[in-house]
Parts: sequence; structure tokens; C-alpha cells
Amino acid sequence: MPTLAPPDSHGIVCALSVERSGFRLDVELQIRGQGITALFGASGAGKTSLLRLIAGLERGRGSLYVLGECWQDDAKRIFVPVHRRALGYVFQEASLFPHLSVRENLGYAQKRRHSEPASVPFEGVVDLLGIAPLLARMPANLSGGERQRAAIARALLATPRLLLMDEPLAALDAARKADVLPYLERLRAELSIPILYVSHALDEVARLADNLVLLQHGSVVAAGPLGDLLSRLDLPLAVGEQAGVVIEARVAVHDAQHALTRLDFGDSSLWVSALNQPIGARSRARVLARDVSLALSPPGPSSILNVLSARITELRDQGPDRVNVRLLVGSGEAPLLARVTRRSRDELGLRPGLTVYALVKSVSVTA
Amino acid sequence: MLSAADASAVRLTLELASLTTALLLLLGTPIAWWLARTTSRWKGPIAAGVALPLVLPPTVLGFYLLLLCGPNGAIGRLSAALGLGTLPFTFGGLVVGSTLYSLPFVVQPLQNSFEAIGARPLEVAATLGAGPWDRFFTVAVPLARKGFITAAILGFAHTVGEFGVVLMIGGGIPNKTRVLSVAIYEHVEALEYSDAQFLAAGLVAFSFLVLLALYSLRADSRPS
Repeated sequence: MPTLAPPDSHGIVCALSVERSGFRLDVELQIRGQGITALFGASGAGKTSLLRLIAGLERGRGSLYVLGECWQDDAKRIFVPVHRRALGYVFQEASLFPHLSVRENLGYAQKRRHSEPASVPFEGVVDLLGIAPLLARMPANLSGGERQRAAIARALLATPRLLLMDEPLAALDAARKADVLPYLERLRAELSIPILYVSHALDEVARLADNLVLLQHGSVVAAGPLGDLLSRLDLPLAVGEQAGVVIEARVAVHDAQHALTRLDFGDSSLWVSALNQPIGARSRARVLARDVSLALSPPGPSSILNVLSARITELRDQGPDRVNVRLLVGSGEAPLLARVTRRSRDELGLRPGLTVYALVKSVSVTA
Repeated sequence: MLSAADASAVRLTLELASLTTALLLLLGTPIAWWLARTTSRWKGPIAAGVALPLVLPPTVLGFYLLLLCGPNGAIGRLSAALGLGTLPFTFGGLVVGSTLYSLPFVVQPLQNSFEAIGARPLEVAATLGAGPWDRFFTVAVPLARKGFITAAILGFAHTVGEFGVVLMIGGGIPNKTRVLSVAIYEHVEALEYSDAQFLAAGLVAFSFLVLLALYSLRADSRPS
């Protein structure tokens, strides 16, 4: 293993390993110093352990450099204790101090902040997470979603250079999740610090992440931009019902009469349910493989709104009767996944290089 | 009514209990903290040692203290060599004896409440930039507040009610080591039942009030 030693790089560079009874984590990673990077994998894959190693809450072997700062380097006998690492950590379950009000919880972080207060103004954070009405309350009197928003605000007020989030939505029910998700999207839009986000929910990841690190049995299976990894057929991501791509698009047209919005990407477009966003706004659409059918010629009059011309780049068997198909839409580089039966593949003669029509039955739009 | 000698016994008892409680909290807190968080193999033996006074007759503890701290004991020689004199039959001896004897009454409630906090709030504090001492005083202590109150009340009350150890190591010297429980004993021996009655009834009332305070504290100790 080559020693990773670019401590001047602007990302997170780590080579960390830890061994416990029946579990081994061995990870070598370079993560970009901006945006949300999701650590994704099944439970037991080592996501939370990796996050705790990076935070210094647990001690493994190896080295860790964050935005040019050394947080651990066994070769140099350096291990910076948790409280001296400029990080914010959001735990899975409510972690507000029960003996302090929300305002006092925030104050606790502010008093011990890692850098100047000006970089993270109190009011700005309170507004960003919508917790102004909660400041005087005690944690016991908050809902799960409110607690989590307050905990995120508290982590930000510590003025971290790196924000670590350990499944911050996992302990919430669907309704509460829907409460908090928009705030996480605002974080992504407004924060300049990198965020490491642990999750085992692909829909959450598809909505929030810019980059993806795929963990399995304590090692990294793949790492890279979210769009690239989601469209790969050789990864476990392509297996389940949630397999599908995300498309980064731009709001182009509003059709008020039919309550629809057109999203453009490359030389193609998708009609989706009306979005409350201005023309030109960035938007992310998610198209599941199971919602895409393929045809050799443009379909005649049909109720399907979205028909995209696309070129097949790869096919891969998925179970005894299904085939995953990877396509590139239009003349652009936006990938799409389709799941068809083997019989359809054979009858249509689907093969790499063939240009087909992708019939998209459903698109979900996030931010 | 209260004779001058008995008033002195009451005063001495309160002094002893206050000083002992303060010492117990100082000494018991680090022990309880360590017991609550350690994974060391010494945890069992240390916990058992701290709990010994719960099961030993106080006279056994007093007897060994007497031996150890007396002029021929190891600690006695050391304290004499340091010019501190020996502990038996002094107020200092009472404080040492009572502290040891009441230690489990302070360590156990503290240990329980430290354990109940769990690791998470301390980890949270660390990620927010709080160092070890900071975490202890701003998170562990306030969250274990009820444990501290329980420990202090139990330590104080148990010291007030102590008899065997203080008799063995203190000897019942008026104005010096003659505390309430010893005074009652002496009144009974001298067949001064009404004096004994007065002090004994006072102790009963005091103990009842202490326990009442303790239980009402526990009743509203559910997290708000």
C-alpha cells in the first residue's frame, strides 16, 4: 500500500484500519473537500465505524489528513484528540444535552468553537435550520425532527471544517424525515465545508449526495461522483428495486395549465410535476431503472410524457429473467438505466451501440 | 433538656458528618467515575473493596484502623514520623474512620448515575470541543446531579448514625470524640434513660426527615 502523504491537499485523505472481534475495517480513501459525500452500505458495512475513526471517537491504525491538517499519523505518532479536531458531528439519535435548553445547547458549541464566530453567525444558523421558535425549549419537549435540526445547528456553531453526519434521519419516521430533508438540502447549497454523510437509504443518498463511497464488509467497493456510481452495472447499487440514476438538470419551462415543469439536461428534457422553482434553477431528477422501458421506434400516441432517444452502452444480466441496460441519453453524456426482461432483450436484439427510445414512466424530483 | 456535654456531642456529630461528607464526595467522585467507565480487570476487586464496609461489622473496621494507625501500626509510625501524631482517640481519627466506613454509600449512587449517563453525551461534548475536565464538569456532573444529592445525604446521615467505628477509634472522649451515638450509649450504661431518650428520639426524627427528603427527591427525579 503506498503511503498517502499529500497533507497539503484540499480534501480528506485517509488510510485507516481497525479490527474488532469478528469485524475488520480497512479503508483507503481520498474524498473531495467540498459537497456531500455519502458513505453508503448495508448495516455492518463499517460506515459508522469509519465515521467514528475520522472523528477520533475511536482509535484505529493509520493516517488521516483533513484539508491539509494532520489528525492522525501513526508513523509520526500523531493522534489529535476529538475535542481538538475542528469537526461537527451529528449523531443518529437525539444527542442534545437534556439539562440544557436549545439555546444553551447552541451556546455550548459556540463557546468552544474552533474558529472565529464571524464565520458562522448564530442567527444565520438558526435561520438556516428554522429553529428560532425552539430556542427557549428543553430538548425533552421537542419532536424528533426538531431535535435533529437543533443538533445540526449546534454542530455548525462549533465552526467545523468538516461536518460528519451519522444517519441523521434514520431514527425518524417518514413524516419527520420529510421535515428535515429540505434543511439538509439547504445545508448542501449554503455550506462551503465538506460533509460526510452516513446512510443506508439509497433514496436519501440520491437526493443529497454529490459523491458516493460504497462500503461493503469493511472495505471500499467503489468511490466517485454519485451519478457515475449510480449508473454502473457492476456495483451492488444496480441490484435492488432502488437501482436508478440521478440527472442534474435545469428548470426550463413551466406549463401552468397542466401543472408540469420541463427540466432540460444536455440536448434532452423531462416533464415532471410542477416545481416551485424559478426558470434556470438547478434540479436533480431521479429515474429508477424499473420505471424505464425500451422501444426500437418512437411510440405512437401514448400517455407516456417522457420519451428519450438514447444509445445503449452496456447490458448485464440481473437475476434469471431480468437485464439491466445502461444508456446515454441524446448526444450527451447523461446516463440512464433501464431494467427489461431477457426475453425483451432477445426479441428487440438489444446490444451495445444500438439507439433506442427510452420510455420513462416516472421521475422523482429532488431540490 | 440538653446538657452542655450533650450539646457538645451534637455539635461534634454535625462537624464530623459535614467534614466527612465533604471528604467522601472528594474521594468518592473519582472512584465512582473510574468504576463507571473503566474496563480494567481491577474494576471487580476495587468495587468489592469499596463495598466491604457494607457487610463488615463496624467493629472490625475500627479494630484494624486502630491497629494500623496506632503507635505500632504502619500508618501510625508514618504519621508520627511526619510529626502528625497518631490518629486513634482524636477527631481526625473519627473523620478517617467514618470516611472509610461510609464510602460505599457515596460511591454507589454516584457510580450508578455516572453509568446511567452513558458514553454518548460525553462523546457529543468532545465533538463540540470540550476537553476531558470540561466534559466532566459541564456534562457528567450536571447529568449526575441527583446522584450527588443522594450520595451527600446518605453519606451525611450514615455518618451521624455511626457507632461501632467511632467507638473503637474515638473512644468517647468528651468534646473531642464523644459523638451522639456514643453519648446515647453512655447514658444508657449510666441508666440515664431520659437523657438517652431525648437524644435517641432526636436521631429517629432526624433520620426519618433525611429519608423522607431522599425519597421525595427520587419521586420527582424522572427526567423533565
